[in-house]
Amino acid sequence: MSASNSIALEARDLTRIYGRGSEEVRALDGVSLQIRKGEFVSFMGPSGSGKTTLVNLLGCLENPTSGELDLAGRRIFGNGEVVGERDLTRIRREIFGYIFQNFYLIPTLTVRENVALPLAFYRKPGVEGEVEALLKQLGLEHRMNHLPGQISGGEMQRVAIARALVNRPEILLADEPTGNLDTTRTGEIGEILQQLNRSTGLTILMVTHNPDLGRLGGRHIEMRDGRACEA
Amino acid sequence: MISKFQIASKNLLRKKTRTGLTLVGIILSSWVLVSLLGFNRGYEKALNRDIDNMGYQIMVMAKGCPYEAATMMLQGGAGLRYIEEDVVKTIKARPEVDKVTPILMQAFFDPNKGDGGGIAGYFGVDLATFPAMKPFLRFHKGGWFADANAAEAVMGYEAAELEQREVGDLILVPEKNVQLKVVGILQRTGTQDDGTIFVPLRTLQKISGLDKITTIGIKAKKDADLTGLEASLYQLPDMQVVSFSQVKQTIMKLIATARVMVLSIAVIALLIAMVGVVNTVLMSVLERKHEIGILKTMGAMPGDIFRLVWTETLILCASGGILGIGLALVFARLSDLLVRRALPYAPGGELVAIDPRLSLLTLLTIVAVGLLSGMYPAWKAGRIRPLDSIRSDA
Ligand SMILES: Nc1ncnc2c1ncn2[C@@H]1O[C@H](COP(=O)(O)OP(=O)(O)OP(=O)(O)O)[C@@H](O)[C@H]1O
Ligand SMILES: [Mg+2]
Repeated sequence: MSASNSIALEARDLTRIYGRGSEEVRALDGVSLQIRKGEFVSFMGPSGSGKTTLVNLLGCLENPTSGELDLAGRRIFGNGEVVGERDLTRIRREIFGYIFQNFYLIPTLTVRENVALPLAFYRKPGVEGEVEALLKQLGLEHRMNHLPGQISGGEMQRVAIARALVNRPEILLADEPTGNLDTTRTGEIGEILQQLNRSTGLTILMVTHNPDLGRLGGRHIEMRDGRACEA
Repeated sequence: MISKFQIASKNLLRKKTRTGLTLVGIILSSWVLVSLLGFNRGYEKALNRDIDNMGYQIMVMAKGCPYEAATMMLQGGAGLRYIEEDVVKTIKARPEVDKVTPILMQAFFDPNKGDGGGIAGYFGVDLATFPAMKPFLRFHKGGWFADANAAEAVMGYEAAELEQREVGDLILVPEKNVQLKVVGILQRTGTQDDGTIFVPLRTLQKISGLDKITTIGIKAKKDADLTGLEASLYQLPDMQVVSFSQVKQTIMKLIATARVMVLSIAVIALLIAMVGVVNTVLMSVLERKHEIGILKTMGAMPGDIFRLVWTETLILCASGGILGIGLALVFARLSDLLVRRALPYAPGGELVAIDPRLSLLTLLTIVAVGLLSGMYPAWKAGRIRPLDSIRSDA
């Protein structure tokens, strides 16, 4: 019982096939893995190996072609039916925060408003004061009334991280979070993620091409041709 | 923290020119719409007022085209035929009739009026019956004539203003070279009375060398059978009966076509503006595909996105509508002037009548049509999936 409690997610035989014209692309080819709460997992591998496809499935951004996914012991995919967009949204806002290579900040809203944006749609109980706390924690206090166009790329990604965390997710999904940043900024973001993982026990699944960044995770998964192998 | 309304309104400010142009479209179309609706209403009201202010519902005159005669009467025209005065007694004897007043209309050419002269309209009226029939006439200065044979005149407000006359002044009847003393100036009525000069009936008859009249104004008793009365009046030999409800109907019919056209223009203007709204909002949705996808990863439901985009439409239409109606109110007199120029016959007073009710109705129409046209972009936005935003630029 206590063992299953500490499992954040478990995937069995996850497969995703994309149709491209008449041919099929097996983007993900039967991946099984188990991730415990509080783990910092990095996914690496060549381009097109299925990293994004995998984390998107784990993050409930889309349905797999086949296979099963359990989140905190609860079956999400694999019941033999496609999970609808509304149900996926409900799962996502309870469990996940997402950051991407592009920051997708709303250019007309200030840093502070961007961080608070998710609360306009959904507010987990007990997240009062979270915006301020995150701004402070991520060193954005002096920038909070700036617009995204007025801050640096590293700061933008920090805003995106704060925005992803404002509803206190259990799992942060980061797909190439430093893909648009230089080495210094990359190190900065890496440190922040590591710190979040250590201090709050946040589970992090991060896709990266950067070996230095990949090394930060406590666990490495190498992707190749839609299959995963533990390094 | 931050509301959906703020998100929506700030988004509109992103592309200021585009939003501005769309807004201008809505402003113009709501301006046109409310003005035209206001005209549709105001014209009828003004016409009614003009006719009510005649004081009589039916006019009897010597044979001629009744509509032309009525228009001449309304505009103080000339060239009418004459009726014997005893007809008044005959009519007065009818049971439906409440009041009767004989009128002699005369028009004299005044070479000093305007550029190259003009027609001065004189009404010979009966002191005993005419003021009683038009109790709503108020004096700006002075009062009615001293007696039925006085060489005196009462001037309509505009007639007095035009000729710069004051009570006590002497005026010269053109062509006849008879002097009359101005004893009263009427307040502005907004009707053709404003341009008329009233003289005692006997005096005008003497000046014109006539013992007849041109017109008889008839006021029926309350609840009297007007149609029956009209029918019986038609029995009088060589007499033309003009009922003002008929005149009104005819004028309304004349402008009905114009009103339909004008309303079609308003509707088309509204539709064009709405196409603009759909275009603007749809463009902004497509441009923000990524952002909307990200909102969905944050937990926004399709309905949330729908409402967000819908709110943008609402803001556009409501603010455009309010501004347009505001402009229409501010420039109502200008619209009045333009309409007046375009019409063959325009009653006095306010033609474009925009009241709070009409404004609200127009605003609601614009917002409703706007919300309707905002549905498609909003629905489209609601269907954007989070993955679209991440994959499409990978
Ligand atoms: N929507 C899609 N339709 C068709 N094929 C797709 C789609 N998404 C991904 N693929 C294909 O699936 C395979 C895996 O793609 P994926 O994006 O997961 O790779 P990746 O490891 O994230 O690569 P990268 O490092 O370049 O981001 C690729 O061959 C890709 O072309
Ligand atoms: Mg990828």
